[in-house]
Amino acid sequence: MIGLLIVSHSARLAEGVQEFVGQISGGQVPIVAAGGVDDGALGTSVERILNGLEQLRSVDGILALVDLGSAVLSVETALEQFTGPPVQISNAPLVEGAYLAAVEATNVGATLELVAAAALQARELIKVYE
Amino acid sequence: MPITVEHVTHFLSVAAKLIHAHRDELTALDAAIGDADHGANLDRGLAAVLARLPAVADKDIGTVLKTTGMTIVSTVGGASGPLYGTAFVRAGMALADRHELGAEDVALALEAALDGIVARGKAQRGEKTMVDALAPAIDALRAALAAGQPLDHALQVAAAAAQDGALATIPMLAMKGRASYLGERSIGHQDPGATSTAYILRALAMTCSRSEEVA
Repeated sequence: MIGLLIVSHSARLAEGVQEFVGQISGGQVPIVAAGGVDDGALGTSVERILNGLEQLRSVDGILALVDLGSAVLSVETALEQFTGPPVQISNAPLVEGAYLAAVEATNVGATLELVAAAALQARELIKVYE
Repeated sequence: MPITVEHVTHFLSVAAKLIHAHRDELTALDAAIGDADHGANLDRGLAAVLARLPAVADKDIGTVLKTTGMTIVSTVGGASGPLYGTAFVRAGMALADRHELGAEDVALALEAALDGIVARGKAQRGEKTMVDALAPAIDALRAALAAGQPLDHALQVAAAAAQDGALATIPMLAMKGRASYLGERSIGHQDPGATSTAYILRALAMTCSRSEEVA
């Protein structure tokens, strides 16, 4: 089983993505939100990300979906201390990438590679046809 | 005069005071090309470091610096958290179990810090980041030490080079971080990360020359 870690500067944005994506995956995919910093400010917290990774420790692989800037650096810093299953950080846009990753992760036999590839397809997603 | 753990904790408290005094300036610089939180983030992180220091005051210098890095990483929300956090952790690893330092150790620790920032941020010189203050400071420190200057004077030279380096980021095009999303519009603004790095190096120079005035 593959898990998703949703990392955003905003705790509410991360929880919103978790809620939105959790709905389409019908609760079959472990999704953890790790947004914001401790005093409620905007930012990413290595500690919160590490806690999120620990919550996903029992899965076979974790795809981290991030918003911008320090989200990547914070996940990379947390990974230096994490000893659990393999983790990949996705280059996909947060919402669309998490959505496609969750859809893929509901498949029996989904691997981290397949879920990561599905998320990346979000970069080519066309929303408005002209 | 060797550098002791008391110097290191003093340096951290001077750095915290300097960043606090310049908090609004750093935030204003960040508002121009980032997300307007650099001063507040760093101020919060260094305040947390000062609160944590008494617990490690009797430990070696490496432990104090590693604790500083881990505290920054968990309290500073922006990119500067992982970057400064990694810098302090790497400096601490370079000085593991040490209770006294000479000039060479200080230079090695700063080089380890720079390596950490480069490894984490993947930034090169000239990309409008804290590397543009720290790298020239280390060059200046190395040159001054090689010329036979004492550490306190060499650190003054290094701090001045960091300040010059921060000013030199103004015409640069940002290639990393949130500022890079602005493209050409990042030109003409001083980089907040390079600026805070210059303040931290000034704190180091002030500590070693025993000047505690916060300007």
